[in-house]
Amino acid sequence: MSVLAALDVGLACVVFAVAAWTVFASGAFAATVGYVVYGLLLSLVWIRLFAVDVALTEAAIGSGVTGVLLIGAAARLRGAEATPPEEGPSGSTRLVAACLCVLVAAALAAVVLLLPDQGPTLAPQAMERLPETGLGNPVTAVLIAYRSFDTVLEKVVLVLAVVGVWSLAADRYWGGAPGEARAEPPEPTLAFFAQVLAPVGILVGVHVFWVGADEPGGAFQGGAILAAMWMILMMARLTEAPQSNAIRLRLALVAGPVVFLAAGVAGVAVAGGFFAYPAGFEKPVILFIEAFMVLSIAVTLPMLVAGPPRREPRR
Amino acid sequence: MSDGGSVIAETAGGSLLPLAVLVPAAGMLISFLLGGRRAERIALGLMPVQFGVSMAIAGFVWRSGEPLVYVLGGYLPPLGIALRADGFSAVMLVTASLIMPAAGLYARANFATPPGATERRGPLVVWALMQAVQAALSLIFLGGDLFNLYVALELLTFAAVPLVCLDGSPETLAAALRYLMFALFGALFYLLGAALLYGAYGTLDIVLLSQRVRAEPAVWVAAGLMTAGLLAKTALFPLHLWLPPAHANAPAAASAVLSGLVVKGSFFLIVRLWFNVLQSLPTAVPGTVLAALGSAAILAGSALALRQERLKLMIAYSTVAQIGYLFLMFPLASGPWAPEAFSGGVMQTISHAFGKAAMFLSAGLIAESLGHDQIAGLGGAGRAMPVTFLALGLGGLSLMGLPPSGGFAAKWLLMKASIEAGQWVWALVMLGGGLLAGGYLYRALAPALSGERPIMKRAPKRGSEVVALALALAAVVLAFAPPAFFAFLQIGRPAASVALR
Amino acid sequence: MTSATLAGLVGAALVGLGLYGVIVDPQPLRKILAFNLIGSGVFLVFGIVARKGAAAGLQSDPVPQAMVITGIVVAFAASALAVALTLRLFEQTGRATVRPDVEAEAPGAGADSE
Repeated sequence: MSVLAALDVGLACVVFAVAAWTVFASGAFAATVGYVVYGLLLSLVWIRLFAVDVALTEAAIGSGVTGVLLIGAAARLRGAEATPPEEGPSGSTRLVAACLCVLVAAALAAVVLLLPDQGPTLAPQAMERLPETGLGNPVTAVLIAYRSFDTVLEKVVLVLAVVGVWSLAADRYWGGAPGEARAEPPEPTLAFFAQVLAPVGILVGVHVFWVGADEPGGAFQGGAILAAMWMILMMARLTEAPQSNAIRLRLALVAGPVVFLAAGVAGVAVAGGFFAYPAGFEKPVILFIEAFMVLSIAVTLPMLVAGPPRREPRR
Repeated sequence: MSDGGSVIAETAGGSLLPLAVLVPAAGMLISFLLGGRRAERIALGLMPVQFGVSMAIAGFVWRSGEPLVYVLGGYLPPLGIALRADGFSAVMLVTASLIMPAAGLYARANFATPPGATERRGPLVVWALMQAVQAALSLIFLGGDLFNLYVALELLTFAAVPLVCLDGSPETLAAALRYLMFALFGALFYLLGAALLYGAYGTLDIVLLSQRVRAEPAVWVAAGLMTAGLLAKTALFPLHLWLPPAHANAPAAASAVLSGLVVKGSFFLIVRLWFNVLQSLPTAVPGTVLAALGSAAILAGSALALRQERLKLMIAYSTVAQIGYLFLMFPLASGPWAPEAFSGGVMQTISHAFGKAAMFLSAGLIAESLGHDQIAGLGGAGRAMPVTFLALGLGGLSLMGLPPSGGFAAKWLLMKASIEAGQWVWALVMLGGGLLAGGYLYRALAPALSGERPIMKRAPKRGSEVVALALALAAVVLAFAPPAFFAFLQIGRPAASVALR
Repeated sequence: MTSATLAGLVGAALVGLGLYGVIVDPQPLRKILAFNLIGSGVFLVFGIVARKGAAAGLQSDPVPQAMVITGIVVAFAASALAVALTLRLFEQTGRATVRPDVEAEAPGAGADSE
């Protein structure tokens, strides 16, 4: 067995082991930390699958931002564990569930093993039409050109998620800022870390977005890095979370989908169809749309992590 | 006319299809941005537009006799995404575009922002989410690509879940969380099935898949996974546990939309899956399994509805039962009775949508006027609120399957088809279900007509009563659908699937 | 066995593992973690499909990759909504549970206590 194959098998085993720990660990906090580790290992798996854009996204959003969300939740729910824990299902239910899950996994594994070595693929068609989009990264082309309808709707889903999360606020807090007001000064270590990291992170984020047109990267990955920087600044209390009724915040949240939608509708007049790009101007239009997408993602992800407003609105 | 979709070409009027999705989506975004009273005005203002677009789409489908197709961005499937409207899509679009404004007008009473007031939570959330539900449903009815439909399913879930817990009480929060979990399970297993289909055939376009799919292990596993996921979202027995608490405790307008439209979205996808994508598979056994679960839903749901003490819970369990009827069309999908069974299933979908929406709106009015919705306390309320109880009763008529009502037409068609097919058991189940429905409705309505004098907290708003009555009348009017209507439903329906018996 | 097949098998195992976690663990936060495991397993299945679709000079079919990216973002949004619901429920009741109140449950449970 070659080194690489041994590495693959080892990686697969570790990934599964950490995932199992996430399920079976006794404390929620421990399980959540395990999940973050799992996500990072998963990024390595994606690199082995030669899907670098996905690896970046998994590391940034799947493990990174989701990790912040879940760790924050686990910390706040620590009180729940003090109360008598709810009884899980009985042993017989567990057995039935285990059998069902083994069945599902086995059926899936069988189908995976039966997949032909060279399966049906859309790669040739994707590459064929790549020059017209002016892009060099076929994954970006799929996201913003070939299947742009999926992406624009996904942006709408993100905004909808913010509305949903905010809807959980108490009536009196509606319009206020998320997170609790705290009077303590920022922790010096964290503040220093944020001050050093944020500018670098912002540059990296913009770079990952910009370079995503031709190399692995793109709006989602770059936006997630920018979102992380803003979250760090908010956590270090170097900047305050904005109020949810602030027009600028709402504008930033909807800018991405609105610009994308407008470009899609404008395509009817300019390029002959919804979500078609005008010939010769594809790349500028795509980058224009992506810039607003990055803005929206950078603002939406922290708002989703911050949760519903928990402070009374000022004014 | 059988599905002539071997060439994915755009058709006249196809440009309307993206509009049906983009108009409410844009409305939601702008409502969220501008907030306050403007959100309500945008939402209500765009509803007639949505109705217009839906009717125009139906008109084009009717005129051409073929499904409408639109290819997005000029990228033909399999690389790109297409939208497609057949008879069933058009009818569901129009139904949604009628029920949403009704719910919206009803919601105005409780979720209006007075002029000059700052934005409030309830109204903004309601107006934004209703538009999102509309956009998601439009995409579900028109989507031609399985991954696009996954995004639509998630859009629908995110729009519906916060509506359940709008009042912020612990019961509704728990119900919403449970709903979200079932919905997430559903979406993930749907996506997993789609992954397997892509792996097998290199496309997720429905028409292309329908031409390429063969009976292989990968396809059966994918079909099972996707169906299991969609059944959880449609709350078919035994995955129905989340529905009654979620629908019963949401605000009335939200319940109307949830029971009337949202559960029909995932059901629509099950039909798309089995009747379009998997049409070349032998569907005798899966069809029978689905119908067996449907029968269990009808009997169990109706029995549970009989035991409820709260009106809204009774209506929610009735939804669980009525959803079961929808699945009786699956074992009848091939043979000379197939068009009838299909028409029956579609008719059940629409008439239940109207009838159930009417019932939830009426129940909302009753709860507001009496201060409670305990069935035991409804004595004499029928005389105090005649219009409301008329709406409730007419909606119930459709549920029982009594003429004249859309529900009767639907059940008649399904029973006829099942008898012609020699599958008598479904007809018996429908009869049993009808009797049980009569039972629980009688239990709720009979005391209302007694001579007692109920304690009314306030009179029901006349406007809301009229809206509820209008929906109930729509369910009744469907009984008079001309044969042309049933021919319209068949437009784009693929030729009967090959059933190996 | 190639690395892609291995990844696909891991994906299958993760789906089973995650499903077990969802069914069996009563705490909502653990269920959310388990849902994320299922999601990543589903994405790995897309991943093997993409890798098997290497062609035209690419090492991996870009269409499933784009679907996975979209899926990851949507999964995050779903987790955020679920977490917000769980935290709000905890704030209101001091417990984190998905069991609805006894009243709203099937009458079988209520009848038992009567």
